[in-house]
Amino acid sequence: MDMDWLFFTEITLAGLGTGGLYALTALAFVIIYKSTGVVNLAIGEMLMLGAYLCFGLAIGWGLPIWLAIIGAILISGVAGGLIERLTIRPMVGESPISTFMITVGLAAVLAGLVELIWTAEPRRMPAFFPDDAIFIGEAFVPSKVFYGFFVTIALIALVLLVFRYWRGGVALRATAFDQAAAYSMGINVPRVFSLSWVVGAMIAAMAGILVGAVGGISPSMGVFGLSVLVVVIAGGLDSVLGALVAGMAIGLIEAWASGFLGGEFKITATFLILIIVLMIRPYGLFGTRDIERL
Amino acid sequence: MRIATAKYSYKHDEALFDSRTQYVWLLVLACGLMIFPFMANEYWLYLACLVAINIGSATGLNILTGYTGLVSLGQAAFMGIGAYTVAVMQGWFDMPVLINLLLAGTVTMLAGLVVGIPSLRVKGLYLAIATIAASMILHFVFSNWQSVTGGTAGVVVAPARFFGIDLDTSFRFYWMVVPVTVVMLLGSANLFRTRTGRAFIAIRDRDISAEVLGIRLLRYKLLSFGLSSFYAGVAGGMWAYFFRIVTPESFPLSMSIFFLTAIIVGGMGTLLGSILGATFITMVPEALKLIVGWLPISADATLILSPVRTIVYGLLIIGFLIFEPLGLQEVWRRVQRFFHLWPFRS
Repeated sequence: MDMDWLFFTEITLAGLGTGGLYALTALAFVIIYKSTGVVNLAIGEMLMLGAYLCFGLAIGWGLPIWLAIIGAILISGVAGGLIERLTIRPMVGESPISTFMITVGLAAVLAGLVELIWTAEPRRMPAFFPDDAIFIGEAFVPSKVFYGFFVTIALIALVLLVFRYWRGGVALRATAFDQAAAYSMGINVPRVFSLSWVVGAMIAAMAGILVGAVGGISPSMGVFGLSVLVVVIAGGLDSVLGALVAGMAIGLIEAWASGFLGGEFKITATFLILIIVLMIRPYGLFGTRDIERL
Repeated sequence: MRIATAKYSYKHDEALFDSRTQYVWLLVLACGLMIFPFMANEYWLYLACLVAINIGSATGLNILTGYTGLVSLGQAAFMGIGAYTVAVMQGWFDMPVLINLLLAGTVTMLAGLVVGIPSLRVKGLYLAIATIAASMILHFVFSNWQSVTGGTAGVVVAPARFFGIDLDTSFRFYWMVVPVTVVMLLGSANLFRTRTGRAFIAIRDRDISAEVLGIRLLRYKLLSFGLSSFYAGVAGGMWAYFFRIVTPESFPLSMSIFFLTAIIVGGMGTLLGSILGATFITMVPEALKLIVGWLPISADATLILSPVRTIVYGLLIIGFLIFEPLGLQEVWRRVQRFFHLWPFRS
């Protein structure tokens, strides 16, 4: 069988586009997990909320698109802070499983709210990428995928830089490393908890807006979050590098699976990867192995 | 105040029901369950059957999540396996109902073990995420394994048949579903009086200590997962007989969240919790229907109902976890305690 290289390249490029978005969302997950230890199942719904807020501000309120994007990110940040303060903070010291189930509840509430306000119909985001056909070599790339990819990469770089040099980012990393030590060095650890949720929600919103711009928005966008869960498990729950590598890898594998086997294989492939990872390397590619003391 | 509860033997102390009062109340409950179908109308009978099925499945999830401390978000998908097993056994081989239900449980248990092995080797929430994966993969299998599951169109199931009587109305179905659920409940109640059940509880409370005490973690976790899947399978089988059509969309992820809500609201790690929680949570949509019906809104009420229900489930999970982590059964116990201590504490 002669391989259709053009088709392969096109699919691969599309996969890289999705992979970048996975990596960005996984970053939001890892930031929350590292600093608060919460496995956030609602990450997909937070992403969806960001996309719908942007849609609502741009279409419902008629704001210019750039203002709608900024507004959506800010409102998501506030929502993230509120979520942390109202539902996650009371669970500090409870078992991780209880906190996890809180996020299951959150996912349901957010999905329901979005459906209640904007109904279950799929919507189209107002386009904000320049609309021209782009060819890399001979392969055709839809412009929104092309520009989306670069915006994603820029955002990932921005997030990484912010966490390297910004005071809040340093505080966050210190808290992730050792809460007690961070606290005794004068870092307000509870504030860092809030901060991580605010930042996580904002990153998720950015990813959501990009996902919406590329593929349209609908209340089933939460499924994107399930793939992200697989990404973070494959990469290692607490590893930024893992999130980036696994995000790209899973984006590619999904694209190949749906390109060559058919669309219905996409999510199945993802979850087969999950099961294989759990069997071979349960703490993820770059995750730290848990050592537990009594 | 509670009197005449002195115990004279160890066996008496261990008994499942230890006082005459309890037996009297159980008798009253049994009589109530017997009379109920003759008093209630079709709507309430339908609800009763649904509640019984949900209690069965919630009990299974409670064995896993409440007693063993492992979260599963695949309960609905496992019910799906049970439902399809029943559909196939009934449609192809026309086997007796009870054997079908047992087979549904067994097949589901085997499927559960396959999912459990990779995810139980690691601690924490991996099982929860692996069960999401399993439910996605199962959904894929349900909609693509045409020859068995009939694809997206689903399978129509013939009514269950008992001694030549078709159980095709809620009234008739009630007489099958309630006894089966009672047997499931008794089985679960007795499980936690045995070594196995106590091992589950030890694992939940501190897995490392349990291992030090000589409990094989993987074996018991798998056993718990298998048992929970068995319950889900039987409940799914009854579901198939009740609704009589099984499609891939019958068992979405949100239904798994529904069962998780049920045991959180009812109270994790108690049998009473599964019963109260499943009953409460099955009634919630009905209550919501009434409330939305009263509200003066012009929009199509059914359109609002589904998201509102999702929101209410989510809020119930969050609210109960934060404010009443022991669930409804704790409220029940408080009422009970009030009567036990009645004249002395006021």
